Amino acid sequence: MMRGRVAYAGAIHEAWPDANGVRLADGRVRREDELVWLAPIEVGTIFALGLNYAEHAKELQFTKQEEPLVFLKGPGTVIGHRGVTRRPADVAFMHYECELAVVIGRTAQDVKRENAMRHVAGYMIANDYAIRDYLENYYRPNLRVKNRDGGTVLGPWFVDAADVEDVTQLELRTFVNGTLQQRGNTRDLVTDIPALIEYLSSFMTLAPGDVILTGTPEGIVNVNAGDEVVCEIDGLGRLVNTIASDADFGRV
Amino acid sequence: MFALADHLLHPEGTALPRDVDANAAAALLARGIACRAPVNGAVYGTLLNDRAALNALGDALHAPPYKAPPQAPVLYLKPRNTLAGHRARVVVPDDALGVEVGVEVGASLGIVIGRTATRLSVERAFDYIAGYTLVADLSVPHASVYRPSVRFRARDGFCVIGPALVAARHVPAPDDLAIKVSLNGREIFAASTASSVRKVAQLLADVTDFMTLGAGDVITLGVPYGSPVAHIGDTATLSIGTWPPLDVSFIDAREQAGEQP
Repeated sequence: MMRGRVAYAGAIHEAWPDANGVRLADGRVRREDELVWLAPIEVGTIFALGLNYAEHAKELQFTKQEEPLVFLKGPGTVIGHRGVTRRPADVAFMHYECELAVVIGRTAQDVKRENAMRHVAGYMIANDYAIRDYLENYYRPNLRVKNRDGGTVLGPWFVDAADVEDVTQLELRTFVNGTLQQRGNTRDLVTDIPALIEYLSSFMTLAPGDVILTGTPEGIVNVNAGDEVVCEIDGLGRLVNTIASDADFGRV
Repeated sequence: MFALADHLLHPEGTALPRDVDANAAAALLARGIACRAPVNGAVYGTLLNDRAALNALGDALHAPPYKAPPQAPVLYLKPRNTLAGHRARVVVPDDALGVEVGVEVGASLGIVIGRTATRLSVERAFDYIAGYTLVADLSVPHASVYRPSVRFRARDGFCVIGPALVAARHVPAPDDLAIKVSLNGREIFAASTASSVRKVAQLLADVTDFMTLGAGDVITLGVPYGSPVAHIGDTATLSIGTWPPLDVSFIDAREQAGEQP
């Protein structure tokens, strides 16, 4: 099942795809653009992977890694489908990152890879923005690059794991203003989902609602204010985001 | 919003936290109770905010892999699995070779946010602070601050907070607080928030320029340089002034599993 979380007419609703738009839990059917889309779930800990697609690692001139490059993100960075993300006026390189987001469904502690997928509840699309101008070499990637308000777009749907036929064969695509810029496939993950769960749960407890952003493939380009960025993953939907300027956010 | 009247603490085994005066808090703790972390918002750690820590890096700040001194605050997340309270028992891990290398006890001032804080000015930052607390920001000792593994700071129980949140009105000078750490009753480390590069208000202004802090979130002013290392069997006691001190015990993994070590 696919389900989203939307704000409409003064309340927050669970919502499902419908032939005529989006169906709310109370039976109302509305157009997608009549709703305010929130992240499909209330997230727990957010893990993100750096350089987890072989070609993207090459693109950024990285060599073999000793262990997965994991960093953590705070809840304030999350926004939903059709949201708006600010591009500061003083930067030269801000880019999207289309990623498969894995949602944990069961507490996981010292889980071995052969049992790891039992702990997955489902999947979402993530667009995890970065601003490379702000990259500094302390506790990389530093939070000013990767933990900005509105920098992590999730949705539109949470999709049950049982409804994804083969999570190791999903194509990811990003379009900027309708032009295909990024394309990859989850078959090329350097550290796959079971290995990530085994790794993380070997030193910390994972809990339901925790989210692992599994990294982005090659094909990142700069985006500018006014650009529409659409991330797609096979079977998970189409996640739309718009880039806005400092002026849109009341900054001069 | 997140409001706190006096001293907020959450005794283990009770459903809700208690908000009591300093005497009542001291009396509760004198009974030897353990506590849960008194907050459950997001917790952010700050690093290299101590002049001594920057001085110790010296020329290395300009050499690879760092290449330049830090500009923005150096921050990291302490995820929810790390949160623990007074009298927590924290497992000391072995390194890859099976050697117990200990746990660094980073005694920090925790700044507790009272209401949604976005783009604060230095002048108004204190209006957004509900109170302060002690944070034992634990980590597996690691030399490089370039791209350290998340397993050094994100282990279960590696962020011990409390025992109490102390209301801001009791803390007129957060930028001049003495921090002490004792190990097994012997004082082994002293620091002060006065040596911070960014003071409390400046840190909040710089951080909230790009990320909002929510009510009940905690951000540390930063781990002081030269923090002590604890080993299995040790108990660390952290203190700031007359605040209720925070105890953390360090145990073997087998002890946690209920076996005799």
